[in-house]
Amino acid sequence: MIQIPTNTPLLREILTGFVRNEVHKTGMSKAVIGLSGGVDSALSAALTAEALGAKNVLAICMPYKSSNPDSLAHAQMAAQKFGLEWLVVEITPQIDAYFDRFPDADPRRRGNKMSRERMTVLYDHSARWNGLVIGTSNKTELLLGYGTLHGDMASAINPLGDLYKTQVWALAEAVGVPAVIVAKEPSADLWVGQTDESELGFTYREVDKLLYMMVDQRCTKPELMALGFNETFIDRVVLQIMTSQFKRRLPVIAKVSQRTIDRDFRYSRDWGK
Amino acid sequence: MSIRVAIAQINPKLGDLSANLNLYEEHIGRAAKAGAELLLFPELSLTGYFLRDTVPSVALTADSPEMKRLKDLSRELPFVAGLVEESADHRFFNAAIYFENGEARFTHRKVYLPTYGMFDEQRYFARGNRIRTFESKFGRLALLICEDLWHPSTIHVAALDGALAVLCPSASPLRGIVDAQVQDDNARYWEMINRAYAETYSLFMIYGNRCGFEDGVGFWGGSEIVDPFGERIAKAKYYDEDFLLGEVSLESVRRKRTISPLLRDEDIDLTINELMRIRERPAAKPRKK
Repeated sequence: MIQIPTNTPLLREILTGFVRNEVHKTGMSKAVIGLSGGVDSALSAALTAEALGAKNVLAICMPYKSSNPDSLAHAQMAAQKFGLEWLVVEITPQIDAYFDRFPDADPRRRGNKMSRERMTVLYDHSARWNGLVIGTSNKTELLLGYGTLHGDMASAINPLGDLYKTQVWALAEAVGVPAVIVAKEPSADLWVGQTDESELGFTYREVDKLLYMMVDQRCTKPELMALGFNETFIDRVVLQIMTSQFKRRLPVIAKVSQRTIDRDFRYSRDWGK
Repeated sequence: MSIRVAIAQINPKLGDLSANLNLYEEHIGRAAKAGAELLLFPELSLTGYFLRDTVPSVALTADSPEMKRLKDLSRELPFVAGLVEESADHRFFNAAIYFENGEARFTHRKVYLPTYGMFDEQRYFARGNRIRTFESKFGRLALLICEDLWHPSTIHVAALDGALAVLCPSASPLRGIVDAQVQDDNARYWEMINRAYAETYSLFMIYGNRCGFEDGVGFWGGSEIVDPFGERIAKAKYYDEDFLLGEVSLESVRRKRTISPLLRDEDIDLTINELMRIRERPAAKPRKK
């Protein structure tokens, strides 16, 4: 029986400490976060509010006309629950204006465009409100590459990036994210009827166990199979991690000088802070 | 003899020597005011930990002005600083220096530089090649830095070389979440070895860890002093700044060594002979499957 640890009191202490430390050392005291109505952004917002004070957290919900109305309702419910500053910015006009020129765009292009549009809204409000953009991508989706590069994957700091979805659910419950948000089926809500698990082809609870044993515990493929994981499932997940590696790295720079950024010019981001 | 030992569990600024020197000064004043006689700062706490390419720009030589300031500060109170030391031939060491009465009295250069997983120390630092104890106004002490203590040979040598207390500056990152445990798994491991070493070698373990975050990596704090009976006599908060004070009564080393004279009975020649044998004749390779 594979058990992913979910020590929620400890995770809560560490992650609120992380947000407080990393935000304050930039000289800022506020944060901006996009609330989708889902569990990841609700948890990220709850931790940020606990770290910085609710009044220092601006929650922005950015629906498109086809978004599930529940998403907005749930986002608002989370914002109210944690006492966050609240703003709704519809992205329908700019998305529609753009795709009027490219009407043949498929749902994937449209979804990615919406995700990136939301990113630009968050970064604009980051400048307006003088707050850091807090990330909401969890470890499961980061490893699987199940996110939009420069879209929902963009942030200044991310308290959830080392938590599997299974851990997100447990911690969300522990910090008081409304039960309806924790219980609902995960969806990027980029088109009607989309759900993460049907798109991925497996459940988060299944894949989290595999990822935990493979990535964290460094089990080999024979060891994973001995644990009961199906070979096709393992191969598929490994391939998905490999092919999405580019999303987890900065753009590749052609080396010509003696000292190239991030290759032999190496500094921590918190340099001088 | 009893010493009031303080540990400054601080959160230094990465690569900002002057800000961290001020932090040192502040804590030295605070420790002196609290009646401490010896103060321990964490590993690389004068510079920050994930220094990477800034190592050469924060390194101190014997005649750096910062070194003079540290010496001056030690007139108020003896202390151990964690910093980057640059040798005359321009090697950079992850070092801990014991300052007493206006002098840099002893330098330990970290021997075991972790270079695996999240660590990259050997890329930036030269490796120390000595484990020596030193005489302080309180008696014989050893300085071992963080990962050094994950190699039991270091404390074995220090104990046999006469250390009554081991001062360990550390920059230990939190990692590994385990259910139903108040601390992360790295903290648990450290607490286990601090206690085991203190009891096994009948000495004081004075462990000073830092706190704060650098690029998302948190340091778990939890500095502590463990006596030769394995009793924790002082413990700092986890994951936050703290200032720890504890009474280290060296008489209890005598008492523990009277009750269980394990160190007296340690057969150094036997160990040396066996180690030489092992060095000359490496262990047989595992059979092919």
